[in-house]
Amino acid sequence: MSDTSTKPSIDPDEIEKIATLARIRIAGDQVAGVTHRIADILAMVDTLQAADTTDVEPMANPLDAVQTLRADEVTETNRREAFQAIAPAVENGLYLVPKVIE
Amino acid sequence: MHNQTVAQLARGLREKQFSSVEVTRHLLERIAGLDAQYNSFITTCEDAALASARAADDRLAAGDAGPLTGIPLAHKDIFCTSGVRTSCGSRMLDNFVPPYDATVVERLRDAGTVTLGKTNMDEFAMGSSNENSYYGAVKNPWDTNCVPGGSSGGSAAAVAAGLVPAASGTDTGGSIRQPAAFCGITGLKPTYGRISRLGMVAFASSLDQAGPMARTAEDCALLLEAMAGHDPRDSTSVNRPVPDYCADLDKPLEGLRIGLPREYFGEGLQAATGDCIQAALKELENQGASLVEVSLPNSHLTIPTYYIIAPAEASTNLSRYDGVRYGYRCDNPADLDDLYTRTREEGFGDEVKRRILVGTYALSAGYYDAYYRKAQQARRLIRDDFLACFEQVDVIAGPTTPGPAFGLGEKSDDPVAMYLEDVYTLAVNLAGLPGMSVPAGLVEGKPVGLQLIGRHFEEARLLNTAHRFQQATDWHTRAPSQGGNA
Amino acid sequence: MQWEPVIGLEVHLQLATRSKIFSGSPTTFGAEPNTQASAVDLAMPGMLPVLNEQAVRFAVMFGLGIGAEIGKRSVFDRKNYFYPDLPKGYQISQFSDPVVGRGHFEIQLEDGSSREIGITRAHLEEDAGKSLHEDFHGQTGIDLNRAGTPLLEIVSEPDLRNAAEAVAYLKALHSLVTYLGISDGNMAEGSMRCDINISLRPAGSDTLGTRAEIKNVNSFRFVEKAIQHEIDRQSDILDDGGQVVQETRLYDADRNETRPMRSKEVANDYRYFPEPDLLPVVLEDAWIEAVRETLPELPWEKRHRFANQYQLNDYDAGVLAASRPLADYFEAVARDAGDAKIAANWVQVELLGRLNRDERGIESCPVPATHLAQLIQRILDNSISGKIAKQVFEAMWAGEGDADTVIAARGLKQVSDTGELEAMVDQVIAGSAAQVEQYLAADEGKRKKLVGYFVGQVMKLSKGQANPQVVNELLARKLG
Repeated sequence: MSDTSTKPSIDPDEIEKIATLARIRIAGDQVAGVTHRIADILAMVDTLQAADTTDVEPMANPLDAVQTLRADEVTETNRREAFQAIAPAVENGLYLVPKVIE
Repeated sequence: MHNQTVAQLARGLREKQFSSVEVTRHLLERIAGLDAQYNSFITTCEDAALASARAADDRLAAGDAGPLTGIPLAHKDIFCTSGVRTSCGSRMLDNFVPPYDATVVERLRDAGTVTLGKTNMDEFAMGSSNENSYYGAVKNPWDTNCVPGGSSGGSAAAVAAGLVPAASGTDTGGSIRQPAAFCGITGLKPTYGRISRLGMVAFASSLDQAGPMARTAEDCALLLEAMAGHDPRDSTSVNRPVPDYCADLDKPLEGLRIGLPREYFGEGLQAATGDCIQAALKELENQGASLVEVSLPNSHLTIPTYYIIAPAEASTNLSRYDGVRYGYRCDNPADLDDLYTRTREEGFGDEVKRRILVGTYALSAGYYDAYYRKAQQARRLIRDDFLACFEQVDVIAGPTTPGPAFGLGEKSDDPVAMYLEDVYTLAVNLAGLPGMSVPAGLVEGKPVGLQLIGRHFEEARLLNTAHRFQQATDWHTRAPSQGGNA
Repeated sequence: MQWEPVIGLEVHLQLATRSKIFSGSPTTFGAEPNTQASAVDLAMPGMLPVLNEQAVRFAVMFGLGIGAEIGKRSVFDRKNYFYPDLPKGYQISQFSDPVVGRGHFEIQLEDGSSREIGITRAHLEEDAGKSLHEDFHGQTGIDLNRAGTPLLEIVSEPDLRNAAEAVAYLKALHSLVTYLGISDGNMAEGSMRCDINISLRPAGSDTLGTRAEIKNVNSFRFVEKAIQHEIDRQSDILDDGGQVVQETRLYDADRNETRPMRSKEVANDYRYFPEPDLLPVVLEDAWIEAVRETLPELPWEKRHRFANQYQLNDYDAGVLAASRPLADYFEAVARDAGDAKIAANWVQVELLGRLNRDERGIESCPVPATHLAQLIQRILDNSISGKIAKQVFEAMWAGEGDADTVIAARGLKQVSDTGELEAMVDQVIAGSAAQVEQYLAADEGKRKKLVGYFVGQVMKLSKGQANPQVVNELLARKLG
């Protein structure tokens, strides 16, 4: 299925760029292995490029359904205590994260 | 007792042959005694199960019982259960105890079922072997050297091993049907939107669908009826009445036109599995169905299309796991970026990270049109192939998988080889159609499944076809010998 | 070189719905942190968005208000980026198919001229939470109450040329959305926030220069100052032969300067794609028409009507029509008083002046329209003079009751009784021998001027309550 000639040239730099976007750290010694496997997957999915999809409308939902609208009503109550009981770090009702710099 | 179907147990409960507490206790003991060899459960909830069994017995005694009152079952650990850890097979959610129930859980509880526990699964439902679980691989009860299939491998194995009569599953690309086939049970993936996705941890939103896994089509019908229905809290849930799925189970198959897609019987299908499928089709033909060769000319686009759309949606669905509001958080993050990148490095397993990276790539600037948009176009071609076939036939049939369960570790180093396992199941999700897997034989002592695919919302016709097949065959009654054949 | 600024604004408008755009949480401002953040708003696993109809209706009202094309099939997309105030790791927004397409509206400038400003598009999206930077042991606190509040992002064409135009545009927009009732427009509470795109080009050129984006400027005054500062900054760079860097900057109101945002240094790739948890929003013509039926008279329609119906000049009509409560107030006064011109003058000069002095809005005006109308009636029926009326107004402002109550309590009613006034006129003439002499010696033209002295003396004697017309008649007769 995977023809090496169609293999997209994804290199470790590009993998690191994608990993930055996805906010996933990849340990230095694993970059090569990850790159290799992802290149295999991309080569497989790249076979789609040969398909003729001229004038085909992209399909987001298999039923071509449309959105229903909700009435503007308040239906939620305050459940902060239950939600924050499972949070890693909270103080004074706030979720805590390392300092954010604007 | 543990080999009875849901329908049989329901009869026994109504006729007071045994109580729900007795069945529940018996199955909990089996889980405690036997599951070490299968690893099909991540969490069991003994006390809560016994409490709801007692409540069910009260309702049974009061004559206030429905068809599922007092029936024990298990939920795939992808369904949020209030107060019970919901891990989704991931370290990321190892400590996650949701303060809410999934709609599926709520509906089945309201129907009177008793939840014994949460079943093992591939992490975030990404996998076809159940080897991608933070809680370790699940073993196939028919052969513990083999995988049970995935991602609902724990649910399939638990039913096959007689630990529960039924379990919930989810199917994004075959995750109900493939493990059902590998474990010799019956599994149904309904039409996209038939069952609410609320409270079901998302993998790929436009493909995910919950469904029942049990021993028989009749049991699947009973469960589906409780699970299905419109949920105003899920925009993609369909507002359409839920039919009585049991009403037509016995309807004769005379006049049923069954389409056999050429592309599902060609190269790649293992010979012995093909023979089982042919024999099963013969049985359906004997019952009056006609077999028609059909074609799904865009089948070759299925795997690449799926492996763009599913990872793309997953890559952003999984962005919420950032160590801020719940779930895993890395130790001592140096700064915000370290919190994100290390939490996600340590919290996710390899396959999940791979799919996030592939999906991120497919959506990133410069690649969107070539990948995601193109895949959405191909998706329409694939669906339209099915719609065209359904002009000629009522049901499409073929193998669920190319062969029986493969060995543990056999494909875990080669993601692409693993993806090819899903070749017959993926298109059903892309097209949003209902699909089933029905036990159809044994190959070298391991089960294989017949896949039935129906028109949108024609679950009843699939259940009818499967039920008639099961009335004439006994594959679904076969059970693995304890400990498998290993 | 002479540089021409090219300015476009992106306004984030919080819509005045009761519940959030995708969840049933309340949208009240100022609640305790995270008490209005539901499982959906917190992006708990398995939670899903459901679209609020009112948010869509408000967006369509805006679109109809600016004569824009309404997106009959609009699509929500995911805009992906990581930030602690964005719980899902993506913002649900609209990218390629917004609910409101191209439109335009007219703004009025201080000099009385008007200009038409193009609106590129307006789309629905969800607001993010807030990062609180007070020190929590070196950490930042996250409050997600605001997460999921519906926003309409209104993008203007780069049609604005200076800070004053930008402010006029914002004021006109503010007026429109509050007229429509789709937002409270409260800038101090962040209901209307503004991003400014600004670039300079040589005057007369029609190509665009490199732009900077200034984020989150939250008052009319700061918009003006930020633009002014940015024009100065960019023209300094260009005058020195330098190049403007395309970047996102923050306006620091305390130091009146803009500076680059550090967090946006990493180039963003938002990976927009259609939100699979929501379906395309299809609006039927009948639904859109039903929304159109609910549109109130719009600010510029009211302005034109005021000008025609009350014979006001365009500027005055514009001032009175700028806000719906003010326009309603004015119309109530005009109707009850029976004279729109005087009503317009009183509302614009006395009332607005007084409100400004106290930094109050018309909503908290202590003088009801009925009271002001009564006051004007008392001027018109000669019960009081215009001068006394100002005293009465001050007393009404201080809460002393309606006009008649104040006039009676303070004894301010104009004296028109000829006998009473005649005594006063006699007293003044008797005490002003020199002025009388001067008057008698003067010719007709001079006399008209000199009579003013006697009128003034009578007014003084009457504590301003004498009817000037009667006084004039008496003086003319007595002085011969």
